[in-house]
Amino acid sequence: MRKVGVIGAGMTIFRRRLQETGKEMCFEATRMALDSAGLSIGDVDMVVNGTAPDAFDGVHMKGEYLLDGCGGYRKPYTRVFTGGGTGVFSTIAGWWHVASGLADVVLVVNEEKMSSCQPHPQSVFAHIWDPILDRPLKPNLVWIFAMEMNRYMTVYGIKKEDIARVAVKNKRNAVGHPCAQLADANITVDDVLKSEVMAWPVQRLDISPPSDGASAVVLASDDFIRRRRIKDRAWISGVGWCIDSTMWTDRDLVFPEYVARAAKMAYGMAKVRDPRREIDFAEPYDPFDYKELHHLEGLLLAKKGEAPTLTREGVTQRDGDLPVCPSGGLMGVGNPIAATMGMKIGELFWQLTGQAGKRQIPHEVRTGVSQAWGDLMQYGCVVVMRA
Amino acid sequence: MTARVAKWPGVELSAADLLEGKVTQTRFRPDAKYAWSAGEAISRFLEELQAGRLIARTCHRCERILFPPRMFCEECFRPTDAWTYIRDTGTIETYSVSYLDTDAKRISEPILVGVVSLDGASPKMGMMHYFGEMTKDEIRIGMRVRAVWRPAEERKGSVLDIRYFRPLREGER
Repeated sequence: MRKVGVIGAGMTIFRRRLQETGKEMCFEATRMALDSAGLSIGDVDMVVNGTAPDAFDGVHMKGEYLLDGCGGYRKPYTRVFTGGGTGVFSTIAGWWHVASGLADVVLVVNEEKMSSCQPHPQSVFAHIWDPILDRPLKPNLVWIFAMEMNRYMTVYGIKKEDIARVAVKNKRNAVGHPCAQLADANITVDDVLKSEVMAWPVQRLDISPPSDGASAVVLASDDFIRRRRIKDRAWISGVGWCIDSTMWTDRDLVFPEYVARAAKMAYGMAKVRDPRREIDFAEPYDPFDYKELHHLEGLLLAKKGEAPTLTREGVTQRDGDLPVCPSGGLMGVGNPIAATMGMKIGELFWQLTGQAGKRQIPHEVRTGVSQAWGDLMQYGCVVVMRA
Repeated sequence: MTARVAKWPGVELSAADLLEGKVTQTRFRPDAKYAWSAGEAISRFLEELQAGRLIARTCHRCERILFPPRMFCEECFRPTDAWTYIRDTGTIETYSVSYLDTDAKRISEPILVGVVSLDGASPKMGMMHYFGEMTKDEIRIGMRVRAVWRPAEERKGSVLDIRYFRPLREGER
């Protein structure tokens, strides 16, 4: 397998509603990623598009719909989709295009435009459930998070205020992010605990709301990077992905086993033997505050039930021993589902190449891990990157 | 963040921009209808619900009692072997107290909803359902519960043939 590096990244601002169409958002993010890599569209061999359920945009065959904005026409082009996991998975798909030797340069472009769905994208989330077993109960997507969060809190005796600390950390971290929708320099744990109860234990400030946005990254082979003398690059040294059964009422929601399996695959490839010691910072998927904790445990960066302790002790702050979501994450920057690649892969690239500006981790970081989560509480994917 | 990029693209719109027609928009409402064949396992499961019973499938290789029932075992990757009834009592594995309906609209009387693992099925196997005859302050993980069935003439062969799960009463097993 060939060595693959990330050499450029771009993203739009994330907002509840953007004026641009999905194609235009893709074009802007893609052009920015190419500009930052110093490449033109002619340098690109193949394109991967990542975008979540078609029903948000209201256009089936969304990959085909977004194609021109992704720079993919008259090129080998594929759309991939793994639910919320698409934010990291599309980069894994881009990686195998280059690692296999099929392509030298691959563009990965992710998009989500949730505002098109009226009055609220929640109504199309209803279509992800099993039509016979679950849908007659009229489930709301927030329920599954609430049920998982409650199980996690109850089994380990975790207090809500320890979970709220994650929301506070990430919304404060996002203050330095130029695209952030949900940054708040003054938010407190009390604000989170006093916010509206939506589906207990989930309160309004435990959630990242719907959003519009696009992001793009450029991947290239080590040959190409050497030949073009590209200095700003971060290497993809391990990838992993795994999915659990659709029968979600048949498994204990307290631990994301599928994330642990994906992490072990990625760590094995990257030769990471002791993740807690060898991983310098992490961008786990945080659409809800407790998910960051749940995923830190799945990523084997904290023992089961102990991620809240790391957060309380400040270990996961930007200047802590294991900075977590220094970008501000989904909780702070926003959650246009697949486009969260801008924080998960983009942030690893910017941090590892020293381009994160106000968000730059103050000590040297050489190895980072990012992770996304999706489908019906069953899918995990992991990328390890090195400076 | 990168020296070559100065502008972060995107133009924000407010809800009012849309409502007041300040933005050019087109509208569309899909009119799609679906009818799902329930398949062999779930058809039997629904028939049994109408009769007021819960049924599972067993796999003789892994010796699991699979609920909801299926015609193949995803673990052993072979056809399952036999039908078996399980009980309509179980344990609350997790729950939520929801102030949101399906469309994320706010409701004042919360819905109690969660996952029940059922007695007689393999550990942790169960279904999502509502809870009743208990308050939001009484419900807890680990609570023992029993199905409250609709009257036989009102059942339609649906998970809604169970109205909700209620707490087990004293002396009940």
